[in-house]
Amino acid sequence: MAYNWNWGVFFQDAMFGPGTYLDWMLSGLKWTVVVSLAAWLIAFSVGSVLGVLRTTSFRFLRGVAATYVEIFRNVPLLVQMFIWYFVVPELMPKDVGRWMKTGMPMPEHTSAILCLGFYTASRVAEQVRSGIESISRGQTYAAYAMGLTEVQVYRHVLLPMGYRIIIPPMTSEFLSIFKNSSVALTIGVLELTAQSRQITEFTFQGFEAFTLATVLYIMITMTVILLMRVVEGRFRVPGFIGTGGR
Amino acid sequence: MFAAFDWEVIWRTKAYLWQGMLFTFNLTLLAMVGGIILGTLLALMRLSSYRILNVPAGAYVNLLRSIPLILVIFWFYFLVPLAVKAITGSPYAEGIGPFYSALIAFTIFEAAYYCEIIRAGIQSVPRGQVDAAYALGLTYRQAMMRVVLPQAFRNMVPILLTQGVILFQDTSLVYVVGLTDFMGAASKVAQRDGRLVELYLFAAVVYFVLCFAASYYVKYLQARLTPASR
Repeated sequence: MAYNWNWGVFFQDAMFGPGTYLDWMLSGLKWTVVVSLAAWLIAFSVGSVLGVLRTTSFRFLRGVAATYVEIFRNVPLLVQMFIWYFVVPELMPKDVGRWMKTGMPMPEHTSAILCLGFYTASRVAEQVRSGIESISRGQTYAAYAMGLTEVQVYRHVLLPMGYRIIIPPMTSEFLSIFKNSSVALTIGVLELTAQSRQITEFTFQGFEAFTLATVLYIMITMTVILLMRVVEGRFRVPGFIGTGGR
Repeated sequence: MFAAFDWEVIWRTKAYLWQGMLFTFNLTLLAMVGGIILGTLLALMRLSSYRILNVPAGAYVNLLRSIPLILVIFWFYFLVPLAVKAITGSPYAEGIGPFYSALIAFTIFEAAYYCEIIRAGIQSVPRGQVDAAYALGLTYRQAMMRVVLPQAFRNMVPILLTQGVILFQDTSLVYVVGLTDFMGAASKVAQRDGRLVELYLFAAVVYFVLCFAASYYVKYLQARLTPASR
């Protein structure tokens, strides 16, 4: 194949802005990590609340959480990204909408984090629910028989067990959020994939740029897996393996 | 608050949006079929006891599962024209459109996910079935084609369809290379007519209705296929 290999491309001065193309890639890596971690904070907290709501004894709350999960799971992430970025400011009260469009710091990044966070929350909720449901009913009955209130049952029995059972499926959700953060490029966040694409357009060195991006994603994946292995080793309940829900 | 919006724009452009939806269905179906075929081969390789088969298959699956779909789309959008030029020897990549780049990217990407589903499905067939097939004198090929895979696929139908729904949603990402699938059509109309709110909300509703209905059907199938004893 007539292709001019040039790994030195990363050390060339970039088309615009200070620094080299390698700096572009590293800045992309930084945004991938920042957006993903910030979104994970939202996903984990909102998802946990929703997952608990789906298993409570209140019919209305179960319905609210189930509706949330169905909506966020059945609309493509790309569509949700556009809705957070283009549609939400229009539907807000006038002043809030104007602030979101002109005053809000880094509107693309903020929208991407909110979108990714609330999208992943629906998936985290399903894992939390399946974790709680996989605990044998006997434990819940025993807890109630001892006189615990519903809140106490969750606090002392269901959640400590549930969270530890779902560590493996949560690992894969955590991995997904890094991959899904690439969708943020559609609203202008210059994360890792966007930067490799941009370098390809400026230099035509697609092999080099995409290879480096691929390697960096693999490194993120391996880091997360190693990290979660440590977490799992410390918290896993012997004899329980989480398979998770879809 | 919707007073200032012009919902008629959707009715006016319905033919164009429908074209986009046909593209989406096309891409989803072809990539699903390709992904299942390639995924089955990969699953058989991963389950093989020969290292020369199971190591490359494992590497393939792990590699594709650790990078984002958009990056895979970019890879093939960039690679396919180069490959075509190399094969045909012509300086221009003619005759093969971006549709095929996207189709190849989705097939290759989805195969990694289908592989894991199918592998689990094959492993869920009791070992005794394989032993019995061999005891009857069936070859590996016969045992797989006539005993193991039919049972495995029967168990897997719901989860394969669920993955199909995910794929249907993922095809919207061809937007990044400018193809006109349903989402591409919606966003082109949205930008041309300055009707972002109307078109994006409409797209969300359409995707939701289709995916919700499909996942409801999968639940129904699952209930039917699962023996009552479980």
